[in-house]
Amino acid sequence: MDLATFFIQCLNALQYGLLLFLVASGLTLIFGIMGVINLAHGSFYMIGAYLAYALAPLVAATFGGGFFTVLAIGLVLAVLLGYVLEWAFFSFLYQREHLQQVLMTYGLILVFEELRSMLVGDDVHGVPVPPLLAGTLPLGDVMTYPVYRLFVSAVCLLLAGAMYLVFTRTRLGMMIRAGSAGPAQREMVQSLGVDIKFLYRVVFAAGVAIAVLAGMVAAPVSSVYPGMGNTVLIICFVVVVIGGIGSIRGALLAALLIGIVDTFGKVLLPQAAGVLVYVLMALILLWKPDGLFRAG
Amino acid sequence: MMGVHRRPDVRLAFVIAVFVLLALLPFTAGGYALDLITKTMIYAIFALSLELLVGSTGLVCFGQAAFFGIGAYGAVLWSPQADAASLLWLLPACVGAAALYALAVGALSLRTRGVYFIMVTLAFAQMAFYVVHDTPLGGGTDGIYLNVKPVLGSVLDLGHSGVFYSVTLASLAAVFGGLALLLRSRFGRALAGIKANEQRMRATGFSTYGYKLAAFVLAGAIAGLAGFLFAVKDGYVNPELLGWHLSASVLIMIILGGLGHLRGALIGAFAFALLQEFFKSEAIFGAFAKHWSLGLGLSIIACVALLPRGLVGVPALLRERLFGTRRATVDEVIDGGV
Repeated sequence: MDLATFFIQCLNALQYGLLLFLVASGLTLIFGIMGVINLAHGSFYMIGAYLAYALAPLVAATFGGGFFTVLAIGLVLAVLLGYVLEWAFFSFLYQREHLQQVLMTYGLILVFEELRSMLVGDDVHGVPVPPLLAGTLPLGDVMTYPVYRLFVSAVCLLLAGAMYLVFTRTRLGMMIRAGSAGPAQREMVQSLGVDIKFLYRVVFAAGVAIAVLAGMVAAPVSSVYPGMGNTVLIICFVVVVIGGIGSIRGALLAALLIGIVDTFGKVLLPQAAGVLVYVLMALILLWKPDGLFRAG
Repeated sequence: MMGVHRRPDVRLAFVIAVFVLLALLPFTAGGYALDLITKTMIYAIFALSLELLVGSTGLVCFGQAAFFGIGAYGAVLWSPQADAASLLWLLPACVGAAALYALAVGALSLRTRGVYFIMVTLAFAQMAFYVVHDTPLGGGTDGIYLNVKPVLGSVLDLGHSGVFYSVTLASLAAVFGGLALLLRSRFGRALAGIKANEQRMRATGFSTYGYKLAAFVLAGAIAGLAGFLFAVKDGYVNPELLGWHLSASVLIMIILGGLGHLRGALIGAFAFALLQEFFKSEAIFGAFAKHWSLGLGLSIIACVALLPRGLVGVPALLRERLFGTRRATVDEVIDGGV
């Protein structure tokens, strides 16, 4: 592997890892603060990708606008979806056991997948890269790198930065941090006059919006296919387990680690690429059963 | 109304009635129904294996399909191309392989608890899934066929559907009876104790890790048996047998039936099969039948919302509604009876 190839693979690993981080951060946040294990989180990523595919012609016809209008409309829809779902299905799960949460959210996956199949069909679709970002950057003498992939990484980094600022610098972030420290702290937050139900709804809607955005941004790179949500979901579980449940910092580190292992695994050991990520998880569990960072 | 002291007899009578009914069915039911019931009985064995973990020990394993799939793949991969394999070594080999993987997975994942355990068992099952899905070892995504079904000398030929039905029924009865006895033993009581309060069990001097690992391996072995039967029944295996949708389905079966009762797994497996057949039925839903998992998903959501104690809890629920009485449920927590 020469230097240019190595550099390209590094960029790919970074882009994949950051994308995983976006989806996993919502998963770990929702678990951290509400204690709900949400299997349907991968479906939000799938919904995002299909929104990018299905909204594009509609938006082009009505606004004449392009990719960024689609992103904006998709985000608004995602926040609405998250808000309504929390109210309808998740609000009574908080007191239930993990097992029932698993089942309920698995039921939601089946419903989302079938609705997707009825509305859009089961075919694989491509989503065109927006013309503004369709170019390539020269790397060395012969290699080039698509601008769009850099754009994906930039969006993810921007969002990660924004999340960091919200957590550490705002009142909302303070409430989230206090609420995610454990059930006892949750009660404490409530008795200090914070409307915890509203907080839950906001966090859930934000988690859904981030996953949907990740799906929309990823659609031109990965194409759009049935079952794409499930693949992402299970890898995100690995991210959350390695990083430590409830820890955003851990999720970032673990997602980047998995990005590197998976990308280079596919190049260097193509036969074992699917398994490598799980081997990594097993090794880290042997060393630290609670993940790299404990929630906090 | 049933008296408290007579309750165990009623349960036992119910289970015996189910097995007698299953034994009599081949004389009346047609080919399709018999095939469906054979499949459901295999799922019931599979559900019992998970019930041992989830219902009796309190370990929520979300990767049980891996052991099922390993048992199934073993049956196909280790059978000779043109000859019938002997049950005498093939069955122990398949069950052993599943138990061995369960030992490895259990040793690692039992270091974690709660929601971690759910995710880790799922991830390890996915690992096994990718091994058969991505490598040429198991025929890849296309799956592989079993050419000649195993036999036991000239006594049993599993290729014959009537014989296969009896063997499946006998296996189900053996697993059910074995687990019922096991849960009454000291070992079973220890598992119930771990489910109720693991900390206290450790303080009492039980090495809970060893007990949990033993339960995990046993559950893996039983799942392997179910997988073996499944592969022999269809004569075909594909990676979906290790997929997480199967792990979720079997979890749904035991919850639908009712956790903490072996008969819950039995009821749940049959209820799930009926539900699936109902939503797949083109006579009822017409062209909509191909979207059967929508109805299934909605039923699962309704079941979680309305029946947290499962179908086993329905009589108690009715009694509460009709007579306003509520029996103490402590014995249901501690008692791992039939």
